[in-house]
Amino acid sequence: MRRELSVTVAWAALLLVLAFAAPSFFSLSNLRDVTVANAPVLLVAAGMTLVIIAGEIDISVGSQFALLSVAAGVAAKSGVPMALMVPVTAVAGLALGALNGGLVANLRIPSIVATLAAMIALRDALRWATGGAWIEGLPSRFQWFGLPQGGGEILLVAVCALIYGALAWALRNLSAGRFLYAVGSDREAARLAGIPVTRVLFAAFALMGALTAVAAAMNAIRFREIQSNTGIGLELKAIAAVVVGGASITGGRGTFTGTLLGLGLLATIGPALTYLGISPYWEKAIQGAIILCSIAFDALPARLTSRTKEAKLARA
Amino acid sequence: MLLRVHNISKSYGGVQALKRVHFELEAGEIHALVGENGAGKSTLIRVISGAVQPDAGFLEVDGKRVVIEDPLASKALGIAVIYQQPSLFPSLTVAENIGLALESVSLWRRISWKERGRVARDLLERVGARFGPEHLCGELSMPEQQLVEIAKSIGANARILILDEPTASLTNREVDKLFDVLRAMRERGTGIIYVSHRLDELQQIAGRVTVLRDGASLETAPMSSVSREDLVRMMVGREVSSVFPKRNGPLGDVVLDARGVSSPECGIRDVSLTVRAGEIVGLAGLVGAGRTEFAEILFGIRRAGKGTIQIGNREVAPGSPEDAVRLGIAYVPEDRRRNGLILEMPVAANATLGMLSRQPGLRALDFTWERDLASRYALQLGIKTASVDAPAKTLSGGNQQKVCLSRWMATQPSLLILDEPTQGVDVGAKAEIHSLMVEFASKGIAILMISSELPEILGMSDRIAVMREGSIAGVLSRSEATQQTVLSLALGLGEEARA
Repeated sequence: MRRELSVTVAWAALLLVLAFAAPSFFSLSNLRDVTVANAPVLLVAAGMTLVIIAGEIDISVGSQFALLSVAAGVAAKSGVPMALMVPVTAVAGLALGALNGGLVANLRIPSIVATLAAMIALRDALRWATGGAWIEGLPSRFQWFGLPQGGGEILLVAVCALIYGALAWALRNLSAGRFLYAVGSDREAARLAGIPVTRVLFAAFALMGALTAVAAAMNAIRFREIQSNTGIGLELKAIAAVVVGGASITGGRGTFTGTLLGLGLLATIGPALTYLGISPYWEKAIQGAIILCSIAFDALPARLTSRTKEAKLARA
Repeated sequence: MLLRVHNISKSYGGVQALKRVHFELEAGEIHALVGENGAGKSTLIRVISGAVQPDAGFLEVDGKRVVIEDPLASKALGIAVIYQQPSLFPSLTVAENIGLALESVSLWRRISWKERGRVARDLLERVGARFGPEHLCGELSMPEQQLVEIAKSIGANARILILDEPTASLTNREVDKLFDVLRAMRERGTGIIYVSHRLDELQQIAGRVTVLRDGASLETAPMSSVSREDLVRMMVGREVSSVFPKRNGPLGDVVLDARGVSSPECGIRDVSLTVRAGEIVGLAGLVGAGRTEFAEILFGIRRAGKGTIQIGNREVAPGSPEDAVRLGIAYVPEDRRRNGLILEMPVAANATLGMLSRQPGLRALDFTWERDLASRYALQLGIKTASVDAPAKTLSGGNQQKVCLSRWMATQPSLLILDEPTQGVDVGAKAEIHSLMVEFASKGIAILMISSELPEILGMSDRIAVMREGSIAGVLSRSEATQQTVLSLALGLGEEARA
């Protein structure tokens, strides 16, 4: 809760600076651009929130994203109706995520290793398959689902927001969400409480894949052709949003509100620099600084209160 | 006077942990320190070891006033503390662990492996260890790790040795071995402060005893002049019947019927055991006799190679805790801090976790129901917590144990397995947990209780199964069971005992 507050304050401060220094940032067209470009990222960050709460990580989502973008294009070109394109891509994503889930949950390979392998293998397989070529000649109904741009944008943002909201509700209100936190906090204790740990982990990764797929499809429809090398660094963007949003990288802690705020803050920085006339090369440095600050924010109060904790321990 | 604690006070925030505590330790003395959880024993140890600074009062070592700024300073004064959980590096060898404790800590220093091994071997011999310095500490048993800790303190020439609940996870034979080592140290003039909940042991080992209650030192007396009952009365400040709750409920049908259960990988051989509804069966034996392993087979954590397990006339083969929970088996593990509760989660969420895990995951939570249920159990089991929304980690050990119990009570199990249910729990909470067990049994739950504490085994059980080296050495009825018969079965002295 504290973290959500501090991220909100930081974000508000940034927006306040922009309001004075570069009021044109708040032009409708800019806000629309920023929102539309980041809505798909939000879905990836949603999946990442689940995976990180479970105490794992998935660094293959950038490669998955590229592969699934291409898959969405290929599906559309091969005559899959647009209404079915998103579900078809989602199933492909579910399969990719299930692959990671199988490696991590069933074969117990550390997720950083398993998804590193997936990250490299998927990216290179895609390069080999496409020869680096973009997917062109998409059906005319592909871009913006054949709607005018404004309508397409609204649909895109609405779909992403709806999915995000549903997941946020589910994480809080379904017992599966409770299991996820339990597994991330203390895997052994969760297992002894009778929680199906393997299935929970598997589901988190599978869902991550499906969400990446929807994100890839939603992102792809913004353009007339599909780059086959898209999504580079997306995994870091998503992880950064989740961590800035207050999730613990060791699992058991994190919220969708936090992730939303974290992504909001990080996504504002790039365009803000442009509007403030600062070199865009600073973007990564500032994002890095924010990540560091948010971690320090966790560590410092913990150090300051360690004395009172000691007291509690001593009494116990 | 080796060590004198003079009028020490310490408060944390608003809580007075120590109030003008006096304590004296002579060279060549084993001095017991007892008190309920929260009485201030740990804080006193922390003050002596330099982990915290007192607000008032002072310490004297050898009659000279000293300020112990940090643990390093206490080490220099010859003070060593051995905590309940040995603090060894599991992936380093015994020699490396001892070396780290004794050798210089400068970064750029050449290690003499030969010397290190020699020192370690020498120390291990002095504590009577039967393992070499080349073993990885993570592979040693708990008592063996404790010996390594003691070896470290001897190597550091400790003159003041503080042991905090050293026997909590030891069996009687291991305790005897530990006591031999301590007595030898005493003969060499070491002053030993011995903290324990096991009052019977103190009578064997300690010369004097000091009782702490609510942060104050109540009394110091020669051990021989106080009885166990006196100590309990002083610790608690009220009369606690050391008598176990009586009950004479009728026994129901057989709930658990294990036949010939074997598992070569964890050394379980041909274990057959039945538990009836409403019955408490005690599972006694030395640590390492396979009691926990057998319980883990029943709960699906480990797999049985051979044999059959029937739960209520139905043959089952729990492959995971998840299966076991669905079959109506509940298991409260030994190490509840590590394996029992999700400490970050609220009490209420912990209490309902067992029920939730029996149902499909895509089910909406009912927070009102959850809080009501948790509050009801908190009231019923006497769980002391600020609120059921408080994280489980804020509760004391005994209350955590009760939360764990409530989680499984809520699942209405037919078989409840308790592994060391009162280990590390203070006297008052212990009695409460015992009466809860009786209450559960009277509701027709079959209870299998693993305990290393003989009075508990004898007092609580309708029948006692004694395990030795992975097998059932014998099953005793309540009338047959005495400390003697249980022990001799556990040690494999059955024939001699009867002769």
